[in-house]
Amino acid sequence: MLMTVIPIAYALVSLAFLLSFWRLIIGPDAPDRILALDTLYVNTLALLVLLGIHLGNAIYFEAALLIAMMGFVGTVALCKYLLRGDIIE
Amino acid sequence: MRRFLPHPLLTLTLAILWLLLVNQLSAGHIVLGTLLGWLIPFVTSGFWPEAIRIRHPLTLLHYLVIFLYDIVRGSFHVAYLILLGPARLRPAFVQVPVMLKTDLAISLLANTISLTPGTVSVLLSEDKRTLIVHTLDTDDADAVVADIKQRYEVPLKKIFEEGID
Amino acid sequence: MIDILLSILILTGAIFTFIGSLGLARLQDFYTRLHGPTKATTLGVGCLLIASAIYFSIREDGISLHEVLVTLFLFITAPVSAHLLGKAALHLKVKSLAATPEQENDTPPSPG
Repeated sequence: MLMTVIPIAYALVSLAFLLSFWRLIIGPDAPDRILALDTLYVNTLALLVLLGIHLGNAIYFEAALLIAMMGFVGTVALCKYLLRGDIIE
Repeated sequence: MRRFLPHPLLTLTLAILWLLLVNQLSAGHIVLGTLLGWLIPFVTSGFWPEAIRIRHPLTLLHYLVIFLYDIVRGSFHVAYLILLGPARLRPAFVQVPVMLKTDLAISLLANTISLTPGTVSVLLSEDKRTLIVHTLDTDDADAVVADIKQRYEVPLKKIFEEGID
Repeated sequence: MIDILLSILILTGAIFTFIGSLGLARLQDFYTRLHGPTKATTLGVGCLLIASAIYFSIREDGISLHEVLVTLFLFITAPVSAHLLGKAALHLKVKSLAATPEQENDTPPSPG
């Protein structure tokens, strides 16, 4: 059961990747692109968690945690840049 | 007491976070977690001017249950609207007057609004009195405001700000 | 039994992740796009993480709860990112389907 569901989940998350990537390319504004990038981070997180369950290896969790943190910091930094034209004041 | 343990709640939270992070419950890690939980608020106490006080733990619990339920409800709502297509949406900006005073309560309110059905908070006015909220599908702005105030703001006010004016 | 529960959680998670991105690609203006990734994707990944926590708790000895940490982190940061993005979009006067509220003065407050 589980091993039939996981490929379907892979396919759905990969489609999510493509859709976010499409938005990243066409924009049209900077906030759209940052939102797409943020969504890509979260999609990567989903893919890593799926990979962890599929391979039965908990080591991917550490990578997922780091991506979650770096993704958030990156999004905030980019938004700060749009708001103030500067990241560190 | 205040001087050596400035934020007891933060200490507890940090200790639990440490135990979750190492993912094991051994005596050594409990000691290390408690030590970190004490040391970090102590060193950074300049950033935390006032301690958080929870006045009604039961109300907080009730609020969390409503919050979790609304996250699930909100996701289904958004999923439904997305599948229905963009043509049917009636987006609007709504101004929600905020009566909360403390920063923590306001940020919790904004976060709750963003995770619950049909609304994302986008801007807090500089005097912290109005929160501008984007709703995905509404034709009655007043109902949205009333719902937010009654469902989330009243309990938050009770939990964090009872007796403050 | 647990197998079925895990399958349902994984499938729900994947579907919500997909719908979040679908909203991002499909909707018309930035502010409506903001809703999909903030809510649907966050719940989707939350479901996947809970499935992972249950899976590793059963497979290995002892409870595996560190996935809860990422879930919590995600649920705290997703609305913050959305708020900042919305604020940046209002600041840049991004095109919107809804009438945008009056912008007062855009001068940044003094840092601190």
